[in-house]
Amino acid sequence: MATATSTTLAPISDSRKLRNHVATFAMYACFVIAMIPLVWIIWTLVAKGAGLLGDPHWWTNSQRGITSRIQGGGAYHAIIGTLLMALVTALIAVPLGVGTAIYLVEYGRGRIARAVSFMVDVLTGVPSIVAALFIYALWIGTFGLHRVGFAVSLALVLLMIPVIVRSTEEMLRLVPRDLREAAFALGVPRWKTIMSIVLPTAFSGIVTGIMLGLARVMGETAPLLILGPYAKAINTNLFSGNMAALPTMINQDRVEALKPAVDRVWSAALTLILLVMVLSLLGRLVSRLGSVKTSR
Amino acid sequence: MRGAGLAVVLLVALVGIFLTWKAVPSLLHNKAPFLTSRVWSPDTNPPRFGIAALLWTTVISSIVAMLLAVPVAVGVALFITQYAPKRLATPVAYVVDLLAAVPSIIFGLWGIAVLGPVLAAPNSGLRQGIENSLGWIPLFSSTGVSAGNVFLASIVLAIMILPIVTALSREVFLQVPRANIEAAQALGATKWETIRMAVLPFGRPGVISASMLGLGRALGETIAVTIILSTPNIGAPFDPSLWAGGETFASKIANAAGEFDTPQKTGAYISAGLVLFVVTFAVNAVARVVISRRKEV
Repeated sequence: MATATSTTLAPISDSRKLRNHVATFAMYACFVIAMIPLVWIIWTLVAKGAGLLGDPHWWTNSQRGITSRIQGGGAYHAIIGTLLMALVTALIAVPLGVGTAIYLVEYGRGRIARAVSFMVDVLTGVPSIVAALFIYALWIGTFGLHRVGFAVSLALVLLMIPVIVRSTEEMLRLVPRDLREAAFALGVPRWKTIMSIVLPTAFSGIVTGIMLGLARVMGETAPLLILGPYAKAINTNLFSGNMAALPTMINQDRVEALKPAVDRVWSAALTLILLVMVLSLLGRLVSRLGSVKTSR
Repeated sequence: MRGAGLAVVLLVALVGIFLTWKAVPSLLHNKAPFLTSRVWSPDTNPPRFGIAALLWTTVISSIVAMLLAVPVAVGVALFITQYAPKRLATPVAYVVDLLAAVPSIIFGLWGIAVLGPVLAAPNSGLRQGIENSLGWIPLFSSTGVSAGNVFLASIVLAIMILPIVTALSREVFLQVPRANIEAAQALGATKWETIRMAVLPFGRPGVISASMLGLGRALGETIAVTIILSTPNIGAPFDPSLWAGGETFASKIANAAGEFDTPQKTGAYISAGLVLFVVTFAVNAVARVVISRRKEV
């Protein structure tokens, strides 16, 4: 250390005190700066978008037959689309993600495990538009299929897997060694130990990871732009026809100038952020309530 | 279980293979130098397209975003780990994480509709000052300010990567050995001197790799940038300035998403996507190497 020469207890000079105060002030300032956007965004959304959310039609109707000049209408078609695509994404991504995490923690040694871990990191960094282009090249470019909700889900799987792997991995590593060894000592085979000891112990943490992953994929827009065209009417078939989602509902009307359409854009944004925030809050809550007990 | 692990490896390999496969035919027909040309007309016969302009806007907007975000993120991470009282630290960290949960389309919407107009007025004075003193650099000169300019996109990107950089920096600052901090304190260091002597040197590799991961996020960000940046008119001369509009890889692809009608045209956009994949892959790989090297020490 460069300044480690003085060992006497000389009084702290004014310039050092001043520098310390300036630094402390700067840290608090950074914190305040970081808080501004979040508060500002939420305030904007509530101020501009809360109006329509109080109307029950918003939650039960679609935008079918509603033009930019007509007030109101609903977001049900987009909410159901977002939920359906996210659900199917989870059905594919969760087994793959949890399986990968179990492999990395319980089985993985050596070069293959390192390669898998590295690829999960790579997947974390893949931009959503690249994931969408990949599925486009596969689904439409190679198989000649159409742009449907299921293709969006496939692209979202790529984005959800790393979130689930990392959070599950973290939870599995928290499960005490003693538990596993106790099971082994009783002659329980490894797969049974994992199924009946390790997974139940880490269960709440895995659920948290799934919820955070869902929150992430629900807000993604790029895959929807490329693979899932917007529709104003309700469509619950993931394999045919255009299907609405909240992000594309926002994107559809964002350049509109007429007030009824602009209002709907902000209301859809508020609905989306509510959905995502509720999921991530629930996720944190689950992890707090049922986290792995490491201390005894 | 091993199957699931290998599936992930296969998946990433497939992404690279499929993008390359679909991009190559168009690249072979391309009559413009792909890496250095700024034209983009993939539907003429023969097609002519290059990525120079896209690469410039993508890289410059992300680097400015990183430069804006990292100092604040390090400050917040230090605040959480070193300054905030214990009872406050967890909720504060949590609120910063909430920022990461905001969908990017909402950042874009807010950026162009709310933040842009608010910044426009005070910004113009600052911009004039920068322009007068540094205008000889093309980056800071302007031929007319666009409402959806690269600088506004950078500010929004900075807000978006702030939580990631903060979370990772916080993690490394928490790992600083107690002994290092106490040694500094025993020498009579003030809190700030302790941070400079013990916390920052220990955390530097972590902060560097956190910044790189943030950069990777910013490079690939799609919808927020697409909403904010105003697309230059077709045939308009390329403007490298921060005050101009532009297109990034991601926004170019997103803007064309509805019109992938011929394999040749699609291939041009997929080749842009492939470059984006390679660039983000490289940035992330460097970040991981920096982090893992520190672990071995």
